[in-house]
Amino acid sequence: MREITAAEIAGHVAEMCQEANLYLGEEMEQALKRSLEVEESPTGKEVLQQLIENLEIARKEQIPICQDTGFAVFFVEWGQDVHLTGGTLEEAINEGVRRGYQEGYLRKSIVGDPLYDRKNTGDNTPAVIHTTIVAGDRVKIAFAPKGGGSENMSTVKMLKPADGEKGVIDFVVNHIKAAGPNPCPPIVIGVGIGGTFDKVAVLAKKALLRPVGQPHPDPAYAALEQKILKEINKLGIGPQGFGGRVTALAVHIETFPSHIASLAAAVNINCHACRHLEREI
Amino acid sequence: MELKRLQAPLSDEDVLQLKAGDNVLISGVIYAARDAAHKKLVELMDKGEPLPVDLQGQIIYYVGPTPAKPGQPIGSAGPTTSGRMDAYTPRMLEHGMKACIGKGLRNSAVKEALIKYKGVYLAAVGGAGALLSKRIVSSEVVAYPELGAEAIRRMEVKDFPATVINDAYGNDLYEEGARQYRIE
Repeated sequence: MREITAAEIAGHVAEMCQEANLYLGEEMEQALKRSLEVEESPTGKEVLQQLIENLEIARKEQIPICQDTGFAVFFVEWGQDVHLTGGTLEEAINEGVRRGYQEGYLRKSIVGDPLYDRKNTGDNTPAVIHTTIVAGDRVKIAFAPKGGGSENMSTVKMLKPADGEKGVIDFVVNHIKAAGPNPCPPIVIGVGIGGTFDKVAVLAKKALLRPVGQPHPDPAYAALEQKILKEINKLGIGPQGFGGRVTALAVHIETFPSHIASLAAAVNINCHACRHLEREI
Repeated sequence: MELKRLQAPLSDEDVLQLKAGDNVLISGVIYAARDAAHKKLVELMDKGEPLPVDLQGQIIYYVGPTPAKPGQPIGSAGPTTSGRMDAYTPRMLEHGMKACIGKGLRNSAVKEALIKYKGVYLAAVGGAGALLSKRIVSSEVVAYPELGAEAIRRMEVKDFPATVINDAYGNDLYEEGARQYRIE
């Protein structure tokens, strides 16, 4: 059985926290540059240019892309032939977050008690961790710092099976219309379909980890992604909501089998700074 | 693209020449405050006690920056969602605030208060925190240091870019912009 130490996990996590907040994925930057060719509104174009320039400044001067360096969200695939030594996975990840956010001059945005005290924990912990046990002796860690502005524009709805495809499209499009400028468009939209109330929300979040614009493997869902994207870009919200053609850069759908009585759907939005990266250890 | 230059703090005349959709460059002194600081300021107003900052003519920027690295005036410093300040904004305008900078929708009470008190709501580009930080020349915490990223800061800005969303005449760029580009 392969062994990995908690210190090794924490080291990777600390590096990932800093890297994700300074360097946006190449695929996101290209998507922004492509959108500049599509956008017709002069103010919309100006916004997109500022966003591209912002990425350059962040990279060159090592200033976080956005001041909201996020809730630290992790998806971990843990090979069942790997033994973790020197601590628990949760402790190791939180230690990495603590160090990464401190050393990287990242903002600490987490309060310990959500309702009454709301005192900042001071080190951006705890992280939100989704763990899956998989075959093999490898560990895959995906990290996505999630900003509050776009996260606040999330929703879950238990549709009726009879609502069908149209029901799903209307649900997503109407929600994006209501969110308007708030989630910092141009946005990436994660849509979960199927499963239970809890499962569908995780699917929507997981959909945001996919490289932007990579279609769903099932052609029917890939087509649905394009249909929803087209409808959303008809809304006219545009970059930052100032009016324009480019409201969303991509729609990503993740699905799961459904109960005979249910059609769960969820929307999780990421701003244009769709920060995510992955490491295999 | 045409740009209007604004020197902060602002007068009524400065505000009244602005229309929804105008792009502006702000220079001068502005103040940073978000949810927790607003709550404290409005509590002082309710008690009739003096405020730590004179709001007359001021621009308030809704921002919670990342920590400054050594040698930098401030870290990443883009706008936060303004709607969370809606409950406090009419009171801030009543006490002399002339403009606020954030991002996202405002409620009808804020829009009405902008007309009543001759104020303006501006948006900076959300998620352009690195770029915007370069337009902030200096920054110092002037009240509530215990709030950390949410403390009130006095900031000197130079050519800080923003767009007028809600003017003092009831116009709304978010509504007008979407209407102009909507495809039925």
